[in-house]
Amino acid sequence: MPTGPAARRPRWRGAAVAVTGLFLAAGLAACGGGGDEGGVPTLNWYVYNEPSGAFTDAASACNEAADGKYRIKAVNLPNNADEQREQLVRRLAAKDSSIDIIGMDVIWTAEFAEAGWIKPIPKAEADQVTKGRLAPAVKTATYKDRLYAAPFNSNAEMLWYRADVTKEPPATWGEMISEAAKLRAAGKPDMMLGQGQRYEGLVVWFTSLLESAGGHVLNADGTKVSLAEGPTKKALQIMRDFSRSPSTPDNFATAREDDGRLEWEKGTAAFMTNYSFVWPSANGNAPAIAAQMRWARFPGVDADTPSKVAIGGFNLGVGGFSKHADLAAEAVSCLVGDDNQIVNATKGGLLPVTESLYDDKELTEATVEVTVDGKKKKVKAFPYADVIKAELKDAVVRPQTPYYNDVALAISRTLHPTRGIDPDKDVERLRKAITDALNGEGLL
Amino acid sequence: MTATTAAPAKQPPEPDPEAKAMGKKGLSARARSERKLGWMLCAPAVFVMLLVTAYPIGYAFWLSLQRYDLRFPDDHKFVGFKNYGAVLGNSLWWQDLTNTLVITFFSVIVELVLGFALAFVMHRVIFGRSIVRSSILVPYGIITVVAAFTWRFAFDPTTGFVNGLLGTDRSWFTEQWSSYFVIIFTEVWKTTPFMSLLLLAGFTLVPQDVVDAARVDGATTPQRLRTIIIPLMKPAILVAVLFRTLDAFRIFDTVYVQTRGAQNTETVSIIGYQTLISRLNLGLGSAVSVLIFGCVLIIAFLFVKGFGTSLAQQRGETP
Repeated sequence: MPTGPAARRPRWRGAAVAVTGLFLAAGLAACGGGGDEGGVPTLNWYVYNEPSGAFTDAASACNEAADGKYRIKAVNLPNNADEQREQLVRRLAAKDSSIDIIGMDVIWTAEFAEAGWIKPIPKAEADQVTKGRLAPAVKTATYKDRLYAAPFNSNAEMLWYRADVTKEPPATWGEMISEAAKLRAAGKPDMMLGQGQRYEGLVVWFTSLLESAGGHVLNADGTKVSLAEGPTKKALQIMRDFSRSPSTPDNFATAREDDGRLEWEKGTAAFMTNYSFVWPSANGNAPAIAAQMRWARFPGVDADTPSKVAIGGFNLGVGGFSKHADLAAEAVSCLVGDDNQIVNATKGGLLPVTESLYDDKELTEATVEVTVDGKKKKVKAFPYADVIKAELKDAVVRPQTPYYNDVALAISRTLHPTRGIDPDKDVERLRKAITDALNGEGLL
Repeated sequence: MTATTAAPAKQPPEPDPEAKAMGKKGLSARARSERKLGWMLCAPAVFVMLLVTAYPIGYAFWLSLQRYDLRFPDDHKFVGFKNYGAVLGNSLWWQDLTNTLVITFFSVIVELVLGFALAFVMHRVIFGRSIVRSSILVPYGIITVVAAFTWRFAFDPTTGFVNGLLGTDRSWFTEQWSSYFVIIFTEVWKTTPFMSLLLLAGFTLVPQDVVDAARVDGATTPQRLRTIIIPLMKPAILVAVLFRTLDAFRIFDTVYVQTRGAQNTETVSIIGYQTLISRLNLGLGSAVSVLIFGCVLIIAFLFVKGFGTSLAQQRGETP
């Protein structure tokens, strides 16, 4: 045999061993996660990567206050809520003990609690994290009369309109649709922007309309479909009429929140239902429109009854398999404290859950820096604080059931595309779809 | 290796009895030992295949017979074929299966025609052969999700260029036919190069002297194509179509990115994903996955059964 291959062999083998070693090391490092450094327990906080850094600020503040008792380490999740849930669920179903604190969308509570993926918040902390908090926000974190998470931030849609187009904001959807028709005839900006794609936004819209009309998706304990005939029909009629109005964009069936924002900044629209992120954005991208931009309570169904809008936001839960559950509950109660809520609001634009903060100067006087034509400028961050506070106080919670995901799928599937809704027939279709979803059987 | 091949050679030619026995069994001692060696040589690969494919498939089948929802870990029991009943008895499954077949049929047909033309160009090009070949392959090198996003943005009425190019003002993803059009268009754009690559291999199967002989005999170009080139390329065409059909049937990324299954464009893979990953219903979701696997097997079986002879022909096994 020539020496070539024989001489090469050890080198080749060495390389293989090195590569294998590298993979193993990478694998171990990936699995390791939270080692406790120097005797201080590390609490892993699984939460989406908040771009402004407000969450990491909160974690540092609490670490300092804990003075060596624990150390919170933020572990980033994707920004999309569905993807966050998918990643968390995969770990939690495998009983991952490295998850100590979870940043949870308000709609996950029932599912996570039922499966044992989150622990109830102990009495002492529960009292602390519900004190002075907005009642609907606390309700999102409650399942079967126990508090399973601490409200962290909140949000709800408002009606945005333009002072140069309409003087008085419409109080109901009916008024808005007829006002848009008048504006259209007068050749003024008349578009109405909302969320019509087949996704969670459609569930938010439907729930808000239904609850404003006096109906509910599920019964009080979340086990059976409710959907009273009258209110459901009304809600469906509004959805259809809005979608068929000539003042609704052609691509409404695919529109999400951000599509609305972009269209709004073009100046063709008179009305938009959307979250508060549109305010700083318009001030940066379309200052002329932002100067005319006003806000009002989400439109209602009847002129005499104030609207009820579906609440959004995030709660913090304690991982069901955490080795440091008590410390994690303590850390949660620190993270959701008023000081951190102010930081979340002023730095990240996330609305607080403590009611009194909406009247706090630190929030009402807060400014946000926007860039207009390359120049930095400061505008008021929360000029709408009183409107959103009133809305959040009356807000409603989306159906609280471990089958939430199935129920939401049933709603968005049955009602999309909203142009095609038939209020007479679709009440029954919707009831059937949601009943199937609650049984957990069959395809959706 | 040497031992096995050398051993029979050393033996003197044996008289009839054993040869007859061998004839009956159809295998000589040499063939037997070669077969044994063959098995031993593939054993590691077979073992790995069993580990990474047979085990998950078997496990998925086992799960599909259970009532098993990750959200209700305690409510876990054997239910037999009930999940299959629930899937097959639901009109949604049949609707999605139809959608999938529509996308599969149209994308494969268009890809076959375009792929053939491109393969012909790649085969005949004289100048800048490598540039032509590699530029044709570019779309295939792009990740499917990226391609799906690219075309979604291109067809978007606010950010896209397609409406401007066509002089239309259409919202492509709000109607069923146009959603299908964009999805199939994206699929075709993305995988035609793969088709043409397989067909290019087929072109090289056609001996030039046969084509030249036909030309001398006075066959026109369409005649040569119809009677000489395509029949000789048939095995390659069938392999290409089989591969693409199986691939197209499992379409997920393009639909997920572009419509998320709205406008009735949902495919069977999306319903599987939704049931398994979003709804965490492992029993029902596994039943969907096993049914998709079954469909793929049926497609493969039909192709192999229907065109098996021509594959064998190519290997010269039948006259």
